[in-house]
Amino acid sequence: MKFALPALLAPDRQADRVVPPSGFTAQLTLFTAAAMAFLAVFALALSLASGRLADRWASALAGTATIRISAPPEQLDTQVAAVLALLATTPGIDTARALDTEEQRALLEPWFGPDLPVEALPLPRLIELTEARPGYDSEGLRLRLAAEAPGAVLDDHTRWRRPMAQAAERLRLLGALSLILIAGSTAAMITLAANSALSANLPVIRVLRLVGAKDAYIVRAFVRRFTLRALSGAAIGTVLAMTLVALLPRADEAGAFLTGLGFQGFGWLLPLLLPPVVAVLAFAATRAAAFRTLKGLT
Amino acid sequence: MIAFENVGFNYGGGELLSDVTLRLAPGSFHFLTGPSGAGKSTFLKLAYAELRPTAGRVSIFDRDARMMTRDDVALSRRRIGVVHQDCQFLDHLPLVTNVALPLTVASRAGDAQDLTALLDWVGLGKLADALPPQLSGGERQRAALARAIIMSPDVVLADEPTGNLDWDMSLRLLTLLVELNRMGKTILIATHDMNLIRQAKSQLAARVLRIQNRRVQLAGADL
Ligand SMILES: Nc1ncnc2c1ncn2[C@@H]1O[C@H](COP(=O)(O)OP(=O)(O)OP(=O)(O)O)[C@@H](O)[C@H]1O
Ligand SMILES: [Mg+2]
Repeated sequence: MKFALPALLAPDRQADRVVPPSGFTAQLTLFTAAAMAFLAVFALALSLASGRLADRWASALAGTATIRISAPPEQLDTQVAAVLALLATTPGIDTARALDTEEQRALLEPWFGPDLPVEALPLPRLIELTEARPGYDSEGLRLRLAAEAPGAVLDDHTRWRRPMAQAAERLRLLGALSLILIAGSTAAMITLAANSALSANLPVIRVLRLVGAKDAYIVRAFVRRFTLRALSGAAIGTVLAMTLVALLPRADEAGAFLTGLGFQGFGWLLPLLLPPVVAVLAFAATRAAAFRTLKGLT
Repeated sequence: MIAFENVGFNYGGGELLSDVTLRLAPGSFHFLTGPSGAGKSTFLKLAYAELRPTAGRVSIFDRDARMMTRDDVALSRRRIGVVHQDCQFLDHLPLVTNVALPLTVASRAGDAQDLTALLDWVGLGKLADALPPQLSGGERQRAALARAIIMSPDVVLADEPTGNLDWDMSLRLLTLLVELNRMGKTILIATHDMNLIRQAKSQLAARVLRIQNRRVQLAGADL
């Protein structure tokens, strides 16, 4: 009764021909598999891209914070020293470091050009700190800063990044959910197409039973067909969608946060799994439908 | 080969057959007669396990039909050649492929050497490549018989095999069945054709069963 997928794909012209070619359901299955694979590629790209975004925002950014110190020039160095001393005794802080003039210049260069006289401007000084695990108490730190260095402001990125990281995480889940739904609809549609092919071919099935064909033989004739069709449809849809994804404009260079909707590195291999997955779905769906139909016949 | 013990059958309404007990012994030759609607086709369907008895027990090759799995039924049909009353074929495949279908589904397609001889014998040599819908009723019946015997089955069950045939062709078909019987095959033919039965009885010891009042009885000497 059982038969393996590879054996199924080996050509058996005789068995193929006992079921008449059915142009309409064939095209329907091909189209469904192609469309579903196409959608799945985008759902996969969405899921992977938002996953990357969530990871990047959650790990790289949440662990750092900046303290900005604005004070009259003569007090600036004192306040910087005071803040650094304070940070050194604050639990939960890994490193703290005042940015030097060169670094500040580099930060401002995109906006003001390379010739900015940083030294001459009353710019705030920046202290970059990285969080240890577990993190520091940001409210407590704010109070102590207000007491010791009135010009210091703590800017912990997590305040606005946390919801964004959460949104990206949500997006990743939505992508995964879409993939599951696409798989479910693919199986459902192939089941419908298989059922219609089976009932259209009931007379054929009766003749085959009469001349001594086992259920497995009859099932194989249908399953092989639907599996191969779904496989080729899914391959077409996948290739189309991957081409479109590859042609999408890359957002990487434009903004540091935006990672384009696309695949990176080994990520390009993932959509290649879609055609075999769709084929397995078609195999299981058609096989179940065929055995169900045969059970109802003598 | 095939045995009925106190078999009863109904399609959901009243009993069509009841208390039928008989044995188709190996090598026997039986005719089955009875009025239209008496249950001849039903009897044959019980004999090749398309229907299961609603009472009693049908044994096919010494196995209780009710205990047979679907695969068992499939395998038993490779040993029982059936000529249906309404001969069904795969309409998209040529006649020769249809006749060889039992070999194909049994993965024995290679055994089909004497296919042309067989087709010639039933007078269909020239129609080997025709599609079944293009055949006449009699041509379909002859093709069905060729398909029924291609596996060299132990039992041949034929439901009105000569219904659409002229007398010459009926005789030819009868001769083929008689020959098969002499080779040791068990034959059961449902028919209305009394001439055919008389002709057969002149050639061999055929027994005639008649369905009457839901019973299957051995017909008397009036034949
Ligand atoms: N699938 C079915 N469901 C319900 N009733 C049926 C079914 N098949 C046959 N019958 C009924 O059972 C009775 C016997 O049918 P069957 O085909 O066995 O008769 P038969 O003796 O072969 O007749 P004929 O000589 O006309 O071929 C008929 O009254 C028929 O209407
Ligand atoms: Mg009948």
